[in-house]
Amino acid sequence: MDQPQTIKYYQTGTFTVGNRLLSEDQRSVQSGMERTNSLNSGHRACQGCGEALGARYAIDAAMRATGNKVICVNATGCLEVFSTPYPETSWQVPWIHSLFGNAAAVASGVAAAQRALGRDDVRVIAQGGDGGTTDIGFGCLSGMFERNDDVLYICYDNEAYMNTGVQRSSATPPAARTATTPALGPEPGNVFGTGKNVPLIAMAHRIPYVATASVANLRDLEAKVTRAMQIRGARYLHIFVPCPLGWGSASEDTIRLARLAVESGLYPLFEARHGKVTSRTTIRRPVPVTDYLKLQKRFAHLFGKAPDTVRIAQIQRMADQNIADFGLIE
Amino acid sequence: MDKPFAITLDPGSSLANKTGAWRTLRPLYVDRLPPCNHACPAGENIQGWLFHAESGDYEQAWRVLVEDNPLPAIMGRVCYHPCETSCNRGQLDEAVGINSVERFLGDEAIKRGWAFVPPSAESGKRVLVVGAGPSGLSAAYHLRRLGHAVTIKEAGPLAGGMMRFGIPKYRLPRDVLDAEVARIVAMGVKLEVNAKVANIADTMAAGGFDAAFLAVGAHIGKRAFIPAGEAARILDAVSVLRDMEGEEKPLLGRRVVVYGGGNTALDVARTAKRMGATEAIIVYRRTREKMPAHESELQEALEEGVLVKWLTTIRKVTDGGSLIVEKMVLDAKGFPQPTGETEELQADSLVLALGQDVDLALLEGVPGLEVKDGVVQVRANMMTGAPGIFAGGDMVPSERTVTVAVGHGKKAARHIDAWLNGTTYSPRPKHELAGIDKMNTWYYADAPKTVRPQIELARRTDTFDEVVHGLDETNALFEARRCLSCGNCFECDNCYGVCPDNAVIKLGPGKRFEFNLDYCKGCGICVSECPCGAIKMVPEPT
Repeated sequence: MDQPQTIKYYQTGTFTVGNRLLSEDQRSVQSGMERTNSLNSGHRACQGCGEALGARYAIDAAMRATGNKVICVNATGCLEVFSTPYPETSWQVPWIHSLFGNAAAVASGVAAAQRALGRDDVRVIAQGGDGGTTDIGFGCLSGMFERNDDVLYICYDNEAYMNTGVQRSSATPPAARTATTPALGPEPGNVFGTGKNVPLIAMAHRIPYVATASVANLRDLEAKVTRAMQIRGARYLHIFVPCPLGWGSASEDTIRLARLAVESGLYPLFEARHGKVTSRTTIRRPVPVTDYLKLQKRFAHLFGKAPDTVRIAQIQRMADQNIADFGLIE
Repeated sequence: MDKPFAITLDPGSSLANKTGAWRTLRPLYVDRLPPCNHACPAGENIQGWLFHAESGDYEQAWRVLVEDNPLPAIMGRVCYHPCETSCNRGQLDEAVGINSVERFLGDEAIKRGWAFVPPSAESGKRVLVVGAGPSGLSAAYHLRRLGHAVTIKEAGPLAGGMMRFGIPKYRLPRDVLDAEVARIVAMGVKLEVNAKVANIADTMAAGGFDAAFLAVGAHIGKRAFIPAGEAARILDAVSVLRDMEGEEKPLLGRRVVVYGGGNTALDVARTAKRMGATEAIIVYRRTREKMPAHESELQEALEEGVLVKWLTTIRKVTDGGSLIVEKMVLDAKGFPQPTGETEELQADSLVLALGQDVDLALLEGVPGLEVKDGVVQVRANMMTGAPGIFAGGDMVPSERTVTVAVGHGKKAARHIDAWLNGTTYSPRPKHELAGIDKMNTWYYADAPKTVRPQIELARRTDTFDEVVHGLDETNALFEARRCLSCGNCFECDNCYGVCPDNAVIKLGPGKRFEFNLDYCKGCGICVSECPCGAIKMVPEPT
């Protein structure tokens, strides 16, 4: 695992996107004037869209890692709708869309076609939101894992179906209100104790590579995409992408929220090979979960005049459990 | 045109979709004023020169530095660095060692022989500078850069003023001082030593000077009435320090008492130690918190074994040579009040360090000059009540430090230049202050301060060698790179990287960035993720 901290003493070179003082090989893909801009300007994502950022970060990094030989298969969802309203597109890579649920299956087919053509240099990436991945496309995804098809599947997790008016998905965290889904029980949001953690499910398939990443940690994200493209077989990358519209957060807070999710322990960053965790990104400046929750209207019902200390404590326990399980604090 | 099945429209790029129309606020690149620059009495562009030092371009860093201050090697030793006190990094871990880097740059310049660039054109005007101390040298340098013919008349035998005759060698080696003075002289500044100006009006008329800058230091030690017998050996601190520069060193004895609480008191006590005194005791009327001396100097003095008797005053000196001292208490207002409780203190000599006065004899008979509390009153443009006669440094009302004096010299030079041209100088409006609330400090790597080595304590008190050593090239670079570049873009590429709309254009090394307002939706992520606070959101013009 390339910890970005290996770049030392360069003012901010460790954590910023680039830095004039860094040598070429120490710079991020995103700092380069020659980056692909896979998802180009003019797309119709909301102000401060985390998914637009995550998608560009990941696909640009994949383009560099493969010498620009990438085919993208896209599930239905925000990413598809805001980038490709017929007949225009923001994508500057070969890109195909089929249905909401079958991106993994289509990608498997594209990979098979490449094999049939005798091409092993062209790599295939499937991508979708958490709805298209954890719910609707889950069967196809599991099949792709089980067959070990040579595809990197990237899930951009904004924790709900945002394209259709903020409905809960199986990746929606407990206690988060959603706009158009009735509460499961007396309080808004999902119940505690269940939910679906697809990175862990992917690991259970014992596929060659599983990782989580965040738009707040670009160098970590790029390193993981790069590593994924060096591996053959089924790979899964889960990227945390805040959604200002669905979460009721300020558009300028997108990266701050992603950072707080990591630094609070709610969203652990790790890598796994063949079902075993092989590295984790430790928390640099630990924060309580309330720092993260308070910036979002979807958790506003927990605060107000009489804060819901029970639920806040439950969320803090989830974070603490992650910190313990993954060893996030040294 | 034949289109594939079910296709009716030509495919197109989203670039046709000018999403910038969604914007209600737009980002704007700004330069804010870093707190270090703001706090520097010499007006140094500290962030500006550290920027070049960070890339290892020390000569460029030095050249930016000396645009404001021609004495970096001296500054790096004697400045009390208010820049570091205000440094934003101090709120993260420790302030950037600005003073250490400055000294490193100053020493590099001496080592490598970097010279000032002489003026490209002569103005034909002649300016007289009285006094070759920090203020006079600074003014002479800046006036010379502006093309004026400058003559410094210095009463003493060597240039440097209080830097030579008030600051001990262990803080400022004389070869460093000589080198920085020589560089100013090499620019074409005429330096006349042993040239005391007895009457400013006569000297200006005789020399045909168009303007004058007076920078006479405060070389007269203040006296206090202390009843003393014939045999008592009472000296004043400035004389002691001045005599250290001559052939005959002052005789202080083995038990030396210094009366006062300023930096000069500490200088004398530390000097006495080095002269062989077994005891150097500072008698100060108030408490440590009230002491005007700088904490770092007090700390170094205490380490060297200087003793301090707090809340004590000297009542009289007996015929036997011992001192009668009285305990004091602070009243509600913080003023010391006598208690009547006395004790006897043995001393071979008593050195008074109670402040200094300026010899203003040269100003006699000049109409319009106003002297108050022993100093010359000047206007905002540093001009005295006499047209064309400016003053600065210790002889005007202000804090008496080398850096303040250097700042006066620069400021006066700009106003003198304007006055010579029949105009007025108005400084550019200052940028908004770059407070830490404007920054995103998450992006800065953790990096503790590099501490300058000191010579070991055992050797410190019996030699006049420099106490504090400098940084070397590697750790100077490290220290420079700890700078947060508050309020000024350092090209970290964050805005370019974090824009979800690719609406930031990277212009290439040294050229910073621009916004592509066709596509900027005004989300503000670039602002909140800019480490150094060099972007702000402003309302969209209507």
